Amino acid sequence: MAELMYWEALRRAHDEEMANDPLVICMGEDIGMAGGTYKATQGLYDKYGAERVIDTPISENGYTGLGIGASFLGLRPIIEIMSVNFAWLALDQLFNSAAKVRYMSGGQLEAPVVVRSPGGVAHQLGAQHSARMEKVFMGIAGLRVVTPSNPRQAYGLLKSAVRCNDPVYINEHELMYNFKGEVPDEEYFHPLEGSEVAREGKDVTLFGYNISVHWCLQAAETLSQQYGIEAEVVDLYALSPLDRAGIRASVNKTHRAVIVEEAEAPVGVGSEVMAIINEECFFELDAAPVRVSAANVPMPYNHTLERAAIPKADDVVAAVRKMFGK
Amino acid sequence: MNVADKKRLLREMLFARRFEERCYEAYVERKIGGFLHLYPGQEACAFGVMEAARPGRDYVITGYRDHVHAIRCGADPKAIMAELYGKETGSSRGRGGSMHIFDVEHHFMGGYALVGGPFPLAAGMAKAIKMKGDDDIAICFLGDAANNQGTFHESLNMAALWELPVLYVCENNLYGIGTRIDRSTAVVEQYKRVSAYGIPSDQIDGQDIEVVFKAAQKAVKHVRSGKGPYFLELLTYRYRGHSMSDSNAYRSKDEEKMWSKRDPIIMLRDRLIEAGEITKDDYKAMDTEILDQIEDDIIAYAESSPEPKVEELEKYVLAENDPWVRGGKN
Ligand SMILES: Cc1ncc(C[n+]2csc(CCOP(=O)(O)OP(=O)(O)O)c2C)c(N)n1
Ligand SMILES: [Mg+2]
Repeated sequence: MAELMYWEALRRAHDEEMANDPLVICMGEDIGMAGGTYKATQGLYDKYGAERVIDTPISENGYTGLGIGASFLGLRPIIEIMSVNFAWLALDQLFNSAAKVRYMSGGQLEAPVVVRSPGGVAHQLGAQHSARMEKVFMGIAGLRVVTPSNPRQAYGLLKSAVRCNDPVYINEHELMYNFKGEVPDEEYFHPLEGSEVAREGKDVTLFGYNISVHWCLQAAETLSQQYGIEAEVVDLYALSPLDRAGIRASVNKTHRAVIVEEAEAPVGVGSEVMAIINEECFFELDAAPVRVSAANVPMPYNHTLERAAIPKADDVVAAVRKMFGK
Repeated sequence: MNVADKKRLLREMLFARRFEERCYEAYVERKIGGFLHLYPGQEACAFGVMEAARPGRDYVITGYRDHVHAIRCGADPKAIMAELYGKETGSSRGRGGSMHIFDVEHHFMGGYALVGGPFPLAAGMAKAIKMKGDDDIAICFLGDAANNQGTFHESLNMAALWELPVLYVCENNLYGIGTRIDRSTAVVEQYKRVSAYGIPSDQIDGQDIEVVFKAAQKAVKHVRSGKGPYFLELLTYRYRGHSMSDSNAYRSKDEEKMWSKRDPIIMLRDRLIEAGEITKDDYKAMDTEILDQIEDDIIAYAESSPEPKVEELEKYVLAENDPWVRGGKN
């Protein structure tokens, strides 16, 4: 197994899928000649040419719709939206066209596109470059939403997403492209549904996804070493559909749940997971589930305010200690 | 266009007219629900353009006023009526409705309800055609008011930039619902707007099918020969309100009267009668035949078809048993 950076894992998945199928194309702003803002398509323009690695104009709704239309006729576009904040402009085509076309055509037409985009809070990018939009995508029937927390998932999820016949939105993170992790040397396809236990534990389940998985793992170490609490960490790499069975299994084992999200609490992953826990394992609970979420504010520029607005591992530790009265 | 073609087109347009009028009745009878946008008055647009193209092979996409475009591509009118009735035998199995007719087998790639939504989808289909090296083209029919959407400009720019084989047809009926074009649009002549993207265009009489056909031939030839997109503006008029819920109070009687004198079906009919190719009685007989066919075959089919099963409410949301959802062959 080789250790790759997150962006290298994405690049490898792009490259392999383009080599495997001449109908796979990539589209986005600066992804071709310039190699991509986060290098996920570096070198592919030279390798596959301008017809297949397409530098688009800054027309998010337009090129997303163009990719969707191309997918109607069998192309497999991987659309990179430079930042999730700009994806708002493409939601019309993604939601109204891609997500609904199978249903409203009675199964005649499908839109096998992949849209990938980095969200999350980076460093002082301000209100219009710090959106966490996964909550928006995961409420749309007909659209799959996945969010890799490590290079192995980034690689395997993209490969499966390209081959899957549904539209898939891949939620990445501005700060994670240089994260390192092991990726299998052989070809690997990650399931688009389910969840992974990132750390076994018996006392409490910490649910995380994407960057918050790392906060959960950090918190779990502290809880174990300083408080004797063994936390299980469940990585919800699939946000739509969410893994009901996985959520139930872990909560039935630990009887306590904390959901950790970088996003604001209202109408989010946390509220959704909490609802599932309520529906699936209410009588198994030893404590009321808790959310650790971001402040509900447009992201401030000031460094101190920005750090105060989003959770960190210490907040997770504090939430668990409170739950246990420690 | 020879006489046989003209006679066939007369029949096809009359059929489309009667089909739409029957939809109106069925809506009043509450057999059809939702929004219903009808095509009478604009028939020469779809039929004239498609006469110059390859119906069933070229990829056609449009907005919510979509029944007639689908029929012209080869969709079975029975399946369309059944769709309007919400039946399982409908073209979209009752899941789409009037605004979402699809017949992918005949390359009718759908009716879409978001004004301007199909512009980029058409460009994308053209991208796929071009990459596969086929000589098909994509044809996008939309209204005049749709040209004020961002997707219009974004799509024209990309289509021109990448020389995509797409024909944009603007059926300019002078209104977006109740707002007349000069009250919504700075440049009223739509064909001029595309010159900003270096796309060739024409503005022509959309009521005379022979004129439409001729202009479309030129446009289709341009697009099919790999020279990139083309834009056709067809001046036309819809007779009814925008949809069934539209009172149509914003148009003057004089204006309506003026346009009714330029009816695409009547103009073609009278030309054929004048040339001695058909008689008034021939036309009447044809009309009766069509009305009977609509009643006996089409309405009867829609009426007697089964409803979708409630147990299948969630079918068609996602692909069924897609192996890659489970990680494929791992
Ligand atoms: C994005 C969007 N905005 C508004 C509407 C409501 N609407 C439906 S049709 C229409 C007018 C469109 O006029 P035009 O493009 O000229 O087509 P026509 O109906 O005249 O054929 C409007 C405003 C819509 N369906 N989609
Ligand atoms: Mg109009």
